[in-house]
Parts: sequence; structure tokens; C-alpha cells
Amino acid sequence: MTRNMTSPTLAQRQTAMNWPGKLGLAILLLWLITALVGPSLMQQDGTDMGEAAVFAASSAEHWLGTDYLGRDMLARIIQGARYTVGIALLATLLASGIGTTLALLAAASKPWIDASLSRGIDTLTSVPSKMLALILVAAFGSSLPMLIMTAAVIYIPGAFRIARSLAVNINAMDYVTVARTRGEGRWYIMRHEILPNIINPMLADLGLRFVYVVLLLASLSFLGLGVQPPDADWGSLVRENIGALPSAGAAIVAPALAIASLTIAVNLLIDNLPGRAAREGGVH
Amino acid sequence: MGAQVHVKGLSVVVQTEAGERAIVDDLNFSIAPGEVLALIGESGSGKTTTALAMMGYARHGCRIAAGSVSIGGRDILALPEVQQRGLRGRQITYIAQSAAASFNPSLNLMDQVIEPALIHQLMTPAQARTKAVALFHSLSLPDPETIGSRYPHQVSGGQLQRLMAAMALITDPDLVILDEPTTALDVTTQIEVLRAFRRAVRERGTTAVYVSHDLAVVAQMADHILVLRDGTMRELGATEQIISTPENEYTQRLLAAARPRQRDAGSATDRTDAQLLLEVADLSAGYGPIDRQGQPSSLILQDISFKLYRGQAIGVIGESGSGKTTLARAVAGLIKPCKGQIKFNGRELPASLTERSKDELRRVQIVFQMADTALNPAQTITAILARPLQFYLGLSGKALQQRIKQLLDLVQLPAATAQRLPGGLSGGQKQRANLARALAAEPDLILCDEVTSALDTVVGAAVLDLIAELRRELGLSYLFISHDLQTVRSVCDEIVVMQHGRLLTQVARADYDRGPHHPYYELLARSVPELRRGWLDEQMQSLHGPPSNS
Repeated sequence: MTRNMTSPTLAQRQTAMNWPGKLGLAILLLWLITALVGPSLMQQDGTDMGEAAVFAASSAEHWLGTDYLGRDMLARIIQGARYTVGIALLATLLASGIGTTLALLAAASKPWIDASLSRGIDTLTSVPSKMLALILVAAFGSSLPMLIMTAAVIYIPGAFRIARSLAVNINAMDYVTVARTRGEGRWYIMRHEILPNIINPMLADLGLRFVYVVLLLASLSFLGLGVQPPDADWGSLVRENIGALPSAGAAIVAPALAIASLTIAVNLLIDNLPGRAAREGGVH
Repeated sequence: MGAQVHVKGLSVVVQTEAGERAIVDDLNFSIAPGEVLALIGESGSGKTTTALAMMGYARHGCRIAAGSVSIGGRDILALPEVQQRGLRGRQITYIAQSAAASFNPSLNLMDQVIEPALIHQLMTPAQARTKAVALFHSLSLPDPETIGSRYPHQVSGGQLQRLMAAMALITDPDLVILDEPTTALDVTTQIEVLRAFRRAVRERGTTAVYVSHDLAVVAQMADHILVLRDGTMRELGATEQIISTPENEYTQRLLAAARPRQRDAGSATDRTDAQLLLEVADLSAGYGPIDRQGQPSSLILQDISFKLYRGQAIGVIGESGSGKTTLARAVAGLIKPCKGQIKFNGRELPASLTERSKDELRRVQIVFQMADTALNPAQTITAILARPLQFYLGLSGKALQQRIKQLLDLVQLPAATAQRLPGGLSGGQKQRANLARALAAEPDLILCDEVTSALDTVVGAAVLDLIAELRRELGLSYLFISHDLQTVRSVCDEIVVMQHGRLLTQVARADYDRGPHHPYYELLARSVPELRRGWLDEQMQSLHGPPSNS
């Protein structure tokens, strides 16, 4: 009931984020740098089978041991980072971005536009995602842009649904009505009145969606539709080294940890973005 | 029969980032058995917190830090949680502000009314039902024998509030806490509910705490009044003494704000040469699909006609559902009328927003009731005020900053608020920012939709002063929509009375107190509680109007 009357000013809102947020940012940056420059710095080649034993434990030569063909695991993960981080991030950003934009359009437009967009996207939801991926890859072949597009198309409906339900609530607020009576255009209302008030939950959703995309990529790779051997994303690394599971070898633990650290880092960062507390209360 | 209540040294603290802060500080009072004590104060004064603490309950994030609450000789706060729970709903009961939000929509009313008696195993379901029906009789509910089998959505707000009272009284409690029980009701409904409460409390000799911000209502209900502000007691005295000879400065301000007062806006009296600004003719509007005759499926407004001259303020009054907000929305272009026309400055206004020109839009601005939802929580006050200035007037740079500063001055907001988000402003400040945004467009006409009904009495009075002052200084015209006759009378030159979407009558300022008027206007005027004791009793004797369907 008693509200704190002294509110943070703009300057105060720009203050640094707390430590979990920084930790998330650090891990994410680390993986991004790894994906960008890692492969060129490597001494070991991820395709070199060498003389090392299959599923070797970690040693001075192979820091994370070797995989089912005796290849260096660290090198495989560094190469895999490019696929996992790159594809998943791009696909997630595309899915959330397109989903949110369409949702804003649906909420701010006339009922018939809303209805046709919503029903159209419902149709997309009704197609099983793996099946859709199978058809798309079968039709256009498996390539990186294709994988990104596939993952994005599959996750647009989810983002759209969430963003639309949030946006419809905001659209009913008096300040949106005021903007309308002022004569503001649809774009202004979408961009300035609705978006800032739904951005927080959408960012949280982006973090979740990212995890789903990583899992989707892994399962596509399992079906042989994802990243093609000898290249491998982290999901396929887990799958191809499944043989190391009984011995709990580094070959399976390391890529699994890599996936976990990436997804946790993304969620930590998003949950602790600066200004979040200030924007809180935008959506009730 | 109610119990003796003693409260000693009661303190409640709230957990904040900077540590604990007292929101109720060292309260001491007693209530004699069968008496009603009113807790009165503005929002944030700690009145609801105090009422809840008397049940041993503190809201999330709050803690009862010290003190004792003895009811019938037993210290509630010293009891363990389990025993406190045993008392709630049995010895101490609570009637919340919004009955509609407090009833479960999927259970019938009888099951919910007798629930406290069954939970505490006081009687068998059959006994409880018999008792509930007796209570329905004494609360003058319609069809007392059968109303229990209905569901919450099948009865009106006033009836629901009385059903909640029945729920609270079924266990014959020692203490009943009524938390703003009539605030959400229309005046004509409120009087029925107050009457029913009064009778039920008197008949049973129940001890009661009545929480309210409305002095006039409290004057009818309470034997003693405790004035709270910022969690501390300002004044405690018999009702008669508080309303006639208040000692505390804050109580005096509260009384001053509650007394009806004419806010003079000067110019509008000589209207012979005044220019016709807004003319509404045979306006009908509604919602839903439009049928073959061009009528929407639910017609809200029917054949509304009135004229508003430049510099004039017209008040539109009616109860909830009378169509007064729809009228404002039709004038603003938010809803397309199905019949009739709106002329502005002699030219017909297009029906829908998209057909209106920027200049037509600029000249009519709307100010909404809830400043909370009318200001974008993600934009600073500067950004909110800057937009209409850029959009309509094309201001930028220094001129823009200067104008924003002027606007803040105009609505008496401190310059420091400019950089804040709406969440950092108090309710009154938000409403001022809301007004400033409308003023930024330099409009001819401002549509005020219940602008003060969400505000505390003192704050609301200050906003009304501002509205009257702006009109005097800038020559603005208002269409002032309200359910509160006193508010409308204090700022408007003319009152339009609406009921069920029709315009019933129009009363000019000179005739406010001179009859005869339309019976519905008379009823509204009579239903506004007056700030003196015994008003309700007089109404109970004299008001033999048509049976209310409240």
C-alpha cells in the first residue's frame, strides 16, 4: 500500500547489473568469442584422429579427452560452438523478433488482421515441429541458413502467442487509447506504447526459447538432418559420444556441460538486465 | 453482543530495501461493546493495515512489530498462528471493499455465506441456512428465501456487499471489520447498503471497526472517529466532536475538503455572446455487431442532445451503466455513433478517429479516471509531455524543454518529477501529469472522465481547484463526467443527468438548489451523504421512494 515515492531517475536506472547478470554475460561473451575466433587459434585439429585411444580420459595432450573416434574433445567443442551458439542465437532472435512484431501488429490493428494472423499461425502450430523440419530440409536440403530458418519458423508461433496475449492487455490500457485519440499511427503505438511494456516477459521468453532451439538442433542432428558430419554442434557431440555414458567419460560430460553453461548464461543475463526493476510493473 | 476492544501500542512495519519502516506507529484506542469506531484517512495512512492487524494479520512484506490487541479480554497478537486462524471468521470477521472480487463466481451464494459457520463447526448446514435467511431478511435483501441459490453474477453490487455482511455476521462475531464497504457503490445503492449495515449492527449490538476515507459516510455509521495519517493517530474523538469542532489541523483540512464548495470559474456566466463549441444532436451509440436497421446489438446511448459553449463546463452525472463514459468516448471519436451528429466549432466532426484531422484531434483531449493506466509506465513524465508537443505543434529542442517546464508549472508539479517514471509519482501527481498531457495539445475542450474519483478527498479537492483555475486562466471548456453530484456541482455551470443511456434532464447552476427537478435528480441529490450526524436516520424515515433494485 505504501509505495516508495522516490523513484530512480533515468541516470540511476542505467546502473550496472548485479553479479549473476555479469556472470551470465561473461560466460556468453566467452562462448561468442570462442565461436568467432576459437577455431583459428587451435593447435589441435578436430578431425585429426591421431593415435590417441578412443574415449580417453583427460590428459595434458587432450584436455578434455577424446571422442569415439579418438579426436580431441576440446577442439570438437570449440568447433561446435560456432554451430550451436550461432544457429541457436540467430534462430531464437529471428523467432522472437518476428513473433513479437507480428503480435504487435495483430494487437494494434483491426480485428480482421488480428484474426487472420492468429489463425494462420495456429495452422503452423498444428504441424508437428519435427515433421515440418523434415519437410523443409527434404525440400531445400540441409544447410546452415536452412537450419536457422527452420528453427525460427518452428518457434515463431510460441513467441507470437505469448507476445500477442501480453500486447492485447497493454492495448486495452488508457494510455494507448490516449495515443490513439492523439492520432498516432499504428507503428508509433506498436513501437512506443506497447513494446516497452511487454519487452521484459518477451526477453525472459527469449531465454527459454533459446534452450528449446538448442534441443531442437540436437534432435535434428540425431535424425541426420542437422549439422552434417564431420562437423558437429554440441547436441550432436552428446549423441555421437553416447557410448561414453557408462564410463562417465569427459567426451559426453563436456558437451553437455557446454550446452548447460550456455543456456544458463543466457537466462542469467536476461533475468538480470539493468533497468528491469525500473520497468517492472509495466505488465500486471 | 460485541466485545470490548483495547488496542495498545500497535506498530506495523514494512520491509524495504533500506530496512524496516513503520507504516502504523504506536496506536492506542479502545472500543466499548456495541460501538462503532471509524478509522479515517487517505490512502497510505495505514487504516487498512490497522484493521488487518486487529485480526493478527499483516500483509505480505509487513510485520506486526509491537503492541497488543485485546478483544473480549484476550490478546490476539500473543496467540499462536493456529489459534489466530480459529478466531478469524468466527470472533473477528472482515467485510472487504470489493464484494465482487471476494466471492467465488462458481459457487452459489448460500454455500459461501454459511461457509464460516461450517468451517468453525458452529452449526449444522441446515441451521446455518436458516440463520442466513434470517440475516438476509434483516439486511433487507430481495427474495431472502431464494436469493441464496443464485450465483454472484446474478445479483447486483449492492446486494453482493450485503451478502458479504451476512457472511460476516453469521458467526455472531465479537468484532466486525468493515473495510470501505460502500466505496465502490453508486450513491443510491450506497444509501441502501448503509441503511442495512446500520440496522444489522444495531440489532445485534456488534462491535465494529469501519474503515473509510469518506467523512460523510462515517458520520452516519460511527460513534467515534479515529483520524489517521502516515500511520500515526491525529485525532480521536466522538463523531459529533470531530465533525463540528476538530482540533487537529489535518482533520480540519479533511473536513474542508469534504464540504461542498463552489469553485468559481468566472467567465462562463455571461454566455449570451459566447460561441457554440460543441453541439451533440440525437446521438445514439452502442457496442456489438450492427443489425439491418443500423442499430448495434447493445445500444448504450439513445438520442442525446446538448450544447456546450466556449468556456463552459458541463457536468454529466449518472450511475454506473448510465452511458456517461460512452458519451465521452463518442465525442472523442473512440466509438462510432450509429445515429446523430457531433458538431464542433460549427463543423461536423467525423465519426471515427481515422477520419478526423490532426487539428480536430488536437482540439478535443480526454483525461481518464485511472491515472495509473493513463500514463505509460515505461516513459518518463518528460517523454509523455513531449510527445503531444512534438506531434501537434512540432516543438523541439529548447522550445520543447521550456514548454514542458511551463506545463509542469501550470499543473503545479515540482520540476524534479520531470525525469521520473509514473510509478514514482503519487496518485494526485499522476492525475496532474495526466492533465498536463491534455493541456500540452492546447485543446479547446477537455473530456474529464471521473478524474477525481480514484483520489483521496484532500488530493481530489486540490485537483478540482486546479481544474477550475485552468479554466479561468486558459478559457478551457470541460465535459466533466462523474458519478459524484457534489464534485460536478462544484466545478460545472450545468448538469446533464443521465440514466440508462438517456438524457433525463439538464439543470443550470442557478437552479442547483431550486426545484422542482426531475425525480431522478432529486433522488441523486438526496442520496449524497451529508456531513452531519443523523442524516441517514432522516433519510430512513423520509425516503419512501420506489423500491430500489440495488
